[in-house]
Amino acid sequence: MTFTIPIDNGDSVKNAEADSQRTLYPYVTGTSIVAIKYKDGVLMASDMGGSYGSTLRYKNIERMKAIGKHSLLGASGEISDFQEILRYLDELVLNDSMWDDGNSLGPKEVHNYLTRVMYNRRNKFNPLWNTLVLGGVKNGESYLGMVSMIGVSFEDNHVATGFGNHLARPILRDEWHADLSFEDGVKLLEKCMRVLLYRDRSAINKLQIAKITEEGVTVSAILIEDILGIQSVQQSDCWC
Amino acid sequence: MSSIGTGYDLSVTTFSPDGRVFQIEYAAKAVDNSGTVVGIKCKDGIVMGVEKLIASKMMLPGSNRRIHSVHHHAGMAVAGLAADGRQIVARAKSEARSYESVYGDAVPVKELSERVASYVHLCTLYWWLRPFGCGVILGGYDKDGPQLYMIEPSGISYRYFGAAIGKGKQAAKTEIEKLKLSEMTCKEGVIEVAKIIYKLHDEAKDKAFELEMSWICEESKREHQKVPDDLLEEAKTAAKTALEEMDAD
Repeated sequence: MTFTIPIDNGDSVKNAEADSQRTLYPYVTGTSIVAIKYKDGVLMASDMGGSYGSTLRYKNIERMKAIGKHSLLGASGEISDFQEILRYLDELVLNDSMWDDGNSLGPKEVHNYLTRVMYNRRNKFNPLWNTLVLGGVKNGESYLGMVSMIGVSFEDNHVATGFGNHLARPILRDEWHADLSFEDGVKLLEKCMRVLLYRDRSAINKLQIAKITEEGVTVSAILIEDILGIQSVQQSDCWC
Repeated sequence: MSSIGTGYDLSVTTFSPDGRVFQIEYAAKAVDNSGTVVGIKCKDGIVMGVEKLIASKMMLPGSNRRIHSVHHHAGMAVAGLAADGRQIVARAKSEARSYESVYGDAVPVKELSERVASYVHLCTLYWWLRPFGCGVILGGYDKDGPQLYMIEPSGISYRYFGAAIGKGKQAAKTEIEKLKLSEMTCKEGVIEVAKIIYKLHDEAKDKAFELEMSWICEESKREHQKVPDDLLEEAKTAAKTALEEMDAD
């Protein structure tokens, strides 16, 4: 295996070409993300599973991360590509904060950056195999958008990836309305996640719900679903 | 301490008969001509302040930053040739980024100061490069707590409780030694640094100056950032009052 010395010009996004292999298929994947806008911001839910083909191999993967002060990123698809995207975003946020000019990247800017990255990688036939959900609040305005691995990007009041598109969005289309309260929003997301648990074979019953408001990001404790509904808050690692 | 090194001072690769490299000493003179830069290590963090001499009334306040963030947890205040300083800051940013990329963790401040010092030293080894005409005070907060380093044009770097470079460095060092740094919080430190800088500013020689300050402490969540505007104003007022009290004596 040849080892290439990392070229550090502060722009690791452009060094992707140094990689000698292109992504042909994903290996460890995360399943759906479901996200909705609500009264104070955005709510996002994802389960904590990483599948290795048909095996549910990893059961403690956090697929939602805070980006800077104003955004929350959720990803489905190849987990290693998600980690690479987080590294690009770390660099982006660092360079932005080093200006120290009182300004910080908002969700719209991060969404645009991700769209450019995904689209340009797709054009080189070396995609990052993810569908990303980007939510955030800046200056009182909520934002929720999505980017797919081929660079298709759009904004909406409610988004879902993967199976969520087919199973969760019809529920959201019926039951979502503007200015949902926090409790109603969480109930709605739990309903969607329960349907996904029933019908998506790569979903597991451990999930997290994250909320982002003007104050910042909060990721909930790990929740366990079962047929009776969302039950316990998990204390430590368990085999489910 | 000025001596003419006729003949031995043309190149940084020439020693004088008494074992000095004059080009490096001349580089240090460039630092001594610039506005004072002060850095102190308080109980809970680092405070750095710069006396920015304003060349022209047309300059917008807040521009020409002399203190730069090098990573989330570290910052540098530069004295001397500003353009040389930009280069050092850029290199420090790159080193910090590269360390994180390879080792997966934020660069320890000691490691960063060694890398920067080594880079500054590099430019004193070749005849086709000139030494950097700027000194740098590097403040950071890592697992070993807050740390303050100073890097000189010769490439040496030491760790300090309190450091000063530039025009008023002697006076500043005397003032810093009077402070009880181990008992001071950063909030108090900000006021003290402002007082020191106002005190040693020579009204006769240089007319106007702007005070620029930054800190890394628990209050700033261990991130290097500009001192918040309200605290900065408070510090400036306290400094001006202290000056007036002194003048009244």
